[in-house]
Amino acid sequence: MQSVLQACALAAGAAVLLIAAFVVAEGRPALGAVFGPVWDPEAGAFGVLPMLAGSLAVTAGALALAVPAGIGMALFLTEVAPPALGTAVRPLLQALAGVPSVVYGFVGLTLLVPAIRRGLGGPGFSALAGALVLAVMVLPTIAAVGEDALRALPPTFREGALALGATPWQAVRRVLLPAARSGLVTAVVLGLGRALGETMAVLMVTGNVAAAPRSPLDPVRTLTGNIAMEMGYAVGQHRAALFATGALLLALVMLVNAAARRASR
Amino acid sequence: MKAILSALAVTVTGLLAGLLGLLVRKGAAFVTVDFLLGLPARAGQSGGILPVLVSTGLLVGGALLLALPLGAGTALYLQEYARPGRLVEGLRALTEALAGVPSIIFGLFGFSLFVIRLGWGWSLASGSATLALMLLPTVIRTTEEALAAVPRELREGAAALGATRWEAIRRVVLKSAASGVLTGAVLALGRALGETAAVLLTAGSDLGMPTSPLSPGRTMAVHLYILATEGLSEGRAYATALVLVAAVLAVNLAANLLMARGQRP
Repeated sequence: MQSVLQACALAAGAAVLLIAAFVVAEGRPALGAVFGPVWDPEAGAFGVLPMLAGSLAVTAGALALAVPAGIGMALFLTEVAPPALGTAVRPLLQALAGVPSVVYGFVGLTLLVPAIRRGLGGPGFSALAGALVLAVMVLPTIAAVGEDALRALPPTFREGALALGATPWQAVRRVLLPAARSGLVTAVVLGLGRALGETMAVLMVTGNVAAAPRSPLDPVRTLTGNIAMEMGYAVGQHRAALFATGALLLALVMLVNAAARRASR
Repeated sequence: MKAILSALAVTVTGLLAGLLGLLVRKGAAFVTVDFLLGLPARAGQSGGILPVLVSTGLLVGGALLLALPLGAGTALYLQEYARPGRLVEGLRALTEALAGVPSIIFGLFGFSLFVIRLGWGWSLASGSATLALMLLPTVIRTTEEALAAVPRELREGAAALGATRWEAIRRVVLKSAASGVLTGAVLALGRALGETAAVLLTAGSDLGMPTSPLSPGRTMAVHLYILATEGLSEGRAYATALVLVAAVLAVNLAANLLMARGQRP
């Protein structure tokens, strides 16, 4: 029996290596071409730098909203809410995390995009819409991991700060947040990894124009969106370029996750 | 500070309530028996979603059928058989890395291996196999946690009664860890139901009733994506979103209940 179970474990471990190997091997013919500024498959231009810019812009915007809100939620759960309220709120956050991304994309498409078009101008399909939808999606991750980080602090930290005459806010800002820093950084980096890899919700609200955005109201295309949009019909060098896009995305996400592991140590 | 954090918590929980309210308000009227058990007409603009429900069930069921034995076997090996050391650390790092791979990358891999190289085409089999790899980390982690929570005395007692290691695992340890293993399966099910990007690239989006594992199929999530982005029927898109979210939340609630039951001594 041991050998069967060991075979299972080796197969499960090999999966990620196999995935990386396939994506890189399929993308290899185009790996040199993807670091260019123009994506125009019909003209044979396969540069994904505009999509890299799009991914980074949408992710940065999402984190700018979700990090303060997520850490705020973590503080609410650990410092403000009585235990009973916390028990009620936590499953709601979990539910928010469980809603499929395509549903967020759909609601973004039917409500958020027209609202941006009416209220702020532009086509509505925009980096801003992508950032807002992504922010809601990564907030539960940041809140949950952040809460764990704050809960792991010994209660004496808070009590000591209060005993020295600090207000609750001073205790949070000067003692608790700095002490929980490594856990909070992990929370943020995990959110970052999730935001970079998210596909459907972003695809549905960003408009997918393959050019670097100049304003938050411009449409953008992300690395993930590039793959999902064109994989259905791409052949030859075009298909290889989409796999190369995937290889670049995978490398980015792996780097981010390695950073998260390092921060949590 | 208390006021700001409380306002934040109200906003975030309000988001979930607003989202659910919206889906119910706009979709509930369309969710009828005819909708759930009817055949679609005019590319989903009218009629029901029966083939979509069947495809979703088969694809997700197939994925669980593959992921559960492989994942549980891996967890059993890591927890019960393997000696701590480089191999175990390496396997843990690899399955953790697998958990961080974005879903679109799984889609690329599944497309390359199952759809093209193995010649399964866009099919339920390709989709299930791809999805199974995505679910592995969830199944492994929850099963490992469940096994780690089984008291050592149970294993020692079984050994003292003359059971072999495998007999002890099969008759005693697994029985005691059953609710934890089941929780993992249910969590994986919830994630599988909502997955879109990877399924779109491997199972296709054919709206017909599947007749074999090599039939293409359209899951609920993919159906919602297509209804929404092609502007086919907003009402039916809301109805599909409502059914999908209700299914995912019900599954997650079941996982929570199982977990709570498992924690009771």
